[in-house]
Amino acid sequence: MAGLTKSEFANPVINWIDTRLPIFTMMQKEYAVFPTPKNFNYFWNFGALATVNLAIMIITGIFLAMNYQPNADLAFSSVQHIMRDVNYGWLLRYVHQNGASMFFIVTYIHIFRGLYYGSYKTPRELLWMLGVVILLLMMATAFMGYVLPWGQMSYWGATVITNLFSAFPIVGPKIVTLLWGGFSVDNPTLNRFFALHYLLPFVLVGVIFLHIAALHVTGSNNPLGIDVKSPQDTLPFHPYYTAKDSIGVCVFLIVFSVLVFFAPNYLGDANNFIPANPLQTPADIVPEWYFLPYYAILRSVPNKLLGVCMMFGSLLVMFVLPWLDTSPVRSARFRPIYRQLIWVWVVAVIVLGICGAHKPEGIWVVLSRICTLYYFLHYLVILPVLGKLERPLPLPESISRPVLGARGGGPLPGGAPAKPMEKA
Amino acid sequence: MADPSAAAATHHGPIHDSTGVPRRDLLQLITAAGAAIGAGAIAWPLIDSMNPSKDVLALSSVEVDLTPIVEGQGIVVSWQGKPIFVRHRTAVEIKEAQDVKLNELIEPQPDTARVKPGHDQWIILIGICTHLGCIPLGNKPSDPRGDWGGWFCPCHGSQYDTSGRVRHGPAPANLPLPPYAFESDTKIKVG
Amino acid sequence: MMRPQRSIMARSVPMRSAIVRSLLACVLVTGLFAATAVAQEGEMPNERWSFEHAFGTFDLAAAQRGFQVYSNVCSNCHSMKYLHYRDLSGIGLDEDQIKAIAANVTVPSGTDDQGNPKEGPATPASEFKSPFPNDKAARAANNGALPPDLSLIVNAREGGPNYIYGILTGFGQPPAGFKMQDGMNYNRMFPGHQIAMPPPLQDGTVEYTDGTPNNLNQEAHDVVTFLAWAANPELVERKQIGVRVVLFLMFMTGLTYAVKRKVWSDVDH
Repeated sequence: MAGLTKSEFANPVINWIDTRLPIFTMMQKEYAVFPTPKNFNYFWNFGALATVNLAIMIITGIFLAMNYQPNADLAFSSVQHIMRDVNYGWLLRYVHQNGASMFFIVTYIHIFRGLYYGSYKTPRELLWMLGVVILLLMMATAFMGYVLPWGQMSYWGATVITNLFSAFPIVGPKIVTLLWGGFSVDNPTLNRFFALHYLLPFVLVGVIFLHIAALHVTGSNNPLGIDVKSPQDTLPFHPYYTAKDSIGVCVFLIVFSVLVFFAPNYLGDANNFIPANPLQTPADIVPEWYFLPYYAILRSVPNKLLGVCMMFGSLLVMFVLPWLDTSPVRSARFRPIYRQLIWVWVVAVIVLGICGAHKPEGIWVVLSRICTLYYFLHYLVILPVLGKLERPLPLPESISRPVLGARGGGPLPGGAPAKPMEKA
Repeated sequence: MADPSAAAATHHGPIHDSTGVPRRDLLQLITAAGAAIGAGAIAWPLIDSMNPSKDVLALSSVEVDLTPIVEGQGIVVSWQGKPIFVRHRTAVEIKEAQDVKLNELIEPQPDTARVKPGHDQWIILIGICTHLGCIPLGNKPSDPRGDWGGWFCPCHGSQYDTSGRVRHGPAPANLPLPPYAFESDTKIKVG
Repeated sequence: MMRPQRSIMARSVPMRSAIVRSLLACVLVTGLFAATAVAQEGEMPNERWSFEHAFGTFDLAAAQRGFQVYSNVCSNCHSMKYLHYRDLSGIGLDEDQIKAIAANVTVPSGTDDQGNPKEGPATPASEFKSPFPNDKAARAANNGALPPDLSLIVNAREGGPNYIYGILTGFGQPPAGFKMQDGMNYNRMFPGHQIAMPPPLQDGTVEYTDGTPNNLNQEAHDVVTFLAWAANPELVERKQIGVRVVLFLMFMTGLTYAVKRKVWSDVDH
């Protein structure tokens, strides 16, 4: 509907802008007074932390790009130029390098939050699926960014990952040649990876905007997983959650700073301090830690095509998670069996990560196969069946009137009917 | 902890600030100030990274052999990315440069202050017009040298004399001198 | 398959411990690289390094002696092409010392008037001179083995300074029955125990001017200190800034926590 907005801002400049382009009214509505469940725990900080992290990555990335040379002959030495000669170049680079790890730590916890409290369930399916798109984009961006320093791990990581596509019959090798822009990973590959590594974060910003837009349609989930019923259940986002998120940001920055300033290469690989050598593969090729579980799934399958499919499948299965989990109850707090099994799943993923860091020999093959099996079993069998079999604990009546003693799944005092969550 | 089940639900008072006005107390002001200081501290490394890096700052010097430059001719060498004019002046040009009355000049400066003692025939200049940064013409024999026999800037018509002093605007100042020294009578080191 | 789950189900897990566990999990994941250490052949030495730990800085005297070891010994075969002579101010050399060091080195310096490449003394702005013009020449002069560039060697090897120290001090006679290839040298530390590099340092290889004993261990310790500086020249500044940043952030954490407490004081939660 066309027409000027009736702005309620007193400041004449803000009012003038807001009347013509109601961004201030929108910010006020979506971030200041936005009704937010009052019972968030600190797990609900991680969405804001991920946003902060993305901002840090984009800003440091822009300044790094001013000094980086996306050329196979110059890339490695231009990174050394950044580290040694550019003012605070070492800081920019170590922040960017460790920022990738921090981004995945924060995002993985954010995803775990969603899994534990059932944030993917109706009506938040699309919100969740947008989140999976964000994860995939993040992975693509991180992978291409890791190639840019053009060290040994950069080069061989790029070779191995792009070769995954060769598993597909008939078109596979053609796809790989297309990705490379040649017959091996070389200058054209580095050039396009740089272009895409610069582009994708902004695509990410767009999808995150949609993710947040979708969130503001459904409203946030909460630790009880029940719907907001009255204004008594909510608080305005500002100042309550801006204050609470600020604590999270500070703690996040402390962890980040300890990594950057005191152990900047702890999560890195020594081999990436050796310039790329297309004629010699390092003895141990491992991806960055955040890819290890997927890498283990890939290697757990003896068949090349099947391994690749399983690896991509382990991510794609998350798209259909809202329909695989048949339980009407969101929060694991009221799902006595799921609350245990989600931890088994977490352990399986961690063990997969450890397997991914070891050579695929002996016990590591066995372990990675068991865990891969459990990973898919969890999604494809346990979740659909569990929803039918599990008897959920009684849900509290509302957020502002929680049932005493409900935490930990202990016995309930009378009064609260054990009804499953109603559809919103 | 914002864990609802952690606290007993005893009373249900107003959860919003009763006035509806965001409260601004000292604590919040200090926190906001701290955040602003933090943001400033973050901004500085970003801005400073755009300043010249150490390799750019490490002054590289360039040596120029003067023997091939015949009288009346000039050459251009590159130093720190800037053009350096090296001209071998004729006796007439030197005399012109020395005899000019200082009060006729836009930026008065005697010729002796612009050459090294005992090397009157060599004028060494940073060849960047002081108006808007173009490179004046006048080194090649075929170049226009302007009415004062020095250099002529093609961009906006500034003219310099044989000592590199501006004689006709819009340039406001003389061509600057680079740091240099004579290593021998036939060799200079710029930088 | 439901049976084992029922037994797990009997335990009740409070949410707080769930949070702790998830944080632990994330620490575990990040710590994976610690578990990936390559199986080392020899036992990793455990030297004390001046630059270790949160507050460690480089022992500049040791780094300067190490530069002497590099210049006199290592630089005959190993390049350090990411360093410039000007960088030596980082180990406490002053401008005149750096100029003197550079002036003693002859490097390519542009072209003469006929366009032929010419040589001249290096300046502080010059890169460290490489002993060989290219990798091929380096291999040809070293029995086919390529002496790696040392600019980043401390970061480029698992175990870092201890590993390099282990290599430098790990030469010796092969144990009885150990089969050595021609032209190779036995080294306890090196994977496979056969290294192309002959023992570069012995007791007394370098004459120190500051009275420091020039035994093998000291020489190795000094040159590794120098190499560690070369690989991480920003280390001291980084840690100094880091301490201030972390203290500031802790202060801010306290402040934001107080603000949050105050903001939430009227909420029943």
